Amino acid sequence: MIESISLLGGHGRGGEPDLVSRIDFQMGDVVSIVGPTGSGKTTLINDMELFADGNTPTGRRVLVNGVRPPAEFRNNPAANPIALITQHTSFLSDLPVREFLKTHARIRSADPSRIADTVSRTLAFANELTGEPIVLESRMTELSGGQSRALLIADATIVCDTPIVLLDEVENAGIHRSRALELLREHRKVFIFVTHDPRIALLSDYRIVMKQGAITQLLHTDEQERRCSVTVGRVDDMMSTLRERIRLGQRLQDFEMGAVA
Amino acid sequence: MKLAICAGPATSGKTAVLRHVTDKLLRAGKKVAFLKIDVQYAEEDEMFAELFGIPTRKVYSGELCPDHCNVMVLGDAIQWAKKNEADVLLVETAGLCLRCSPYVDGGLGLVVLEATSGMNLPLKVGPMLSLADMAVITKIDRVSQAEREVFRARIQDVAPSVLIREVNALHGIGIDPIVEQIDATDEAPERMLLRGNPPVGTCTICVGKKEVGWQSHFGVVRPLENQTFYRGE
Repeated sequence: MIESISLLGGHGRGGEPDLVSRIDFQMGDVVSIVGPTGSGKTTLINDMELFADGNTPTGRRVLVNGVRPPAEFRNNPAANPIALITQHTSFLSDLPVREFLKTHARIRSADPSRIADTVSRTLAFANELTGEPIVLESRMTELSGGQSRALLIADATIVCDTPIVLLDEVENAGIHRSRALELLREHRKVFIFVTHDPRIALLSDYRIVMKQGAITQLLHTDEQERRCSVTVGRVDDMMSTLRERIRLGQRLQDFEMGAVA
Repeated sequence: MKLAICAGPATSGKTAVLRHVTDKLLRAGKKVAFLKIDVQYAEEDEMFAELFGIPTRKVYSGELCPDHCNVMVLGDAIQWAKKNEADVLLVETAGLCLRCSPYVDGGLGLVVLEATSGMNLPLKVGPMLSLADMAVITKIDRVSQAEREVFRARIQDVAPSVLIREVNALHGIGIDPIVEQIDATDEAPERMLLRGNPPVGTCTICVGKKEVGWQSHFGVVRPLENQTFYRGE
């Protein structure tokens, strides 16, 4: 049973040390990784997903429940307690969605009688996040960027059901982010978002700040930021509404801007 | 001396994997010799000689199947590597025809497959996969984790006894288990046999009988019906 996962600091590309020497992630934590493009955010979650043991270019190490995780985690992906959702929004798998999900559910679940149920729950979850619903008969390679990302988030949460989920820039995927956060919060896991999105960052319990490949700060969301996040949410909802209207071919009206203008 | 033979489709990352393996073996104080077998062009021998300063050779199979060429030259290659006092001979070969495999009993068989190659690849490569000891999956950073897991399951369905290890051959992550597997391999025996049965060497088409349809041929015939999945046994 995994209770915590710890990251021991290493160094950035140029050798500058991580200024935070240890981060302990507890079950239920929602965390953001922030920093400019190229600051090493994706490298950081790759270190976690690979259970780095001083053997990646950053020299970082990952502990599970305070100790070095068993080799099984690395050698057998179906036993991996971390699910990673990368920025890749296109699939390479030349399989229909149904067969892909069935195969994945089969290797992730001990109980074969629950596979069909897992597949349908995963599809339902994914379709809450996308505009155009995914059908099980379509091929993985035919899915749009948003559909792919929605399916991967649903797959990580329902099929993998891993205690730790890493999500790389979900905001770029054209999915319903606020709905995704609501649905994810229902599951008690560690969610780590690589993000440029203030809404996701402020809804996190704390955020890891990166610069030039190294970790520079750990910022806990404070009271003022929590209050601020309500306004940020409203602005963001308004942007979503505008985006949706544009998508649907509707005209925008002046009063919609009133709240912030 | 230990022998490891590495096969895999073109551009799957065999050379990148073996480069990291060689580096780790050398760091562990082992002496390594490297042989590359290819059809008509290869420069990996020069690359390995320059990078590591180790004895390297290459052989072009030309009109001969590279896997058969491997059988022909392997005896000489072992003598050559032993003369160079190598602890490990690494052989990189292009597995091309998908009917036989280059692995020998007494040596480690490695197949390198790329995660980006599609979910049906494990079904297509035949004995190159099913007769290997270990499948090394490269380019894992290019696909989603879910796809990696399903790709692995597809390999296990075809080749349940083959060990599977995923590597990032760009950064050399995940290479240690391959080196450990080479360490755990027995010394190459004096008399070596090709693993699995070779496919039919000569058929009536090979000798020039051009009529279409199996009824016009003799010896080994193959109707459209009764196709079986070829495992190299």
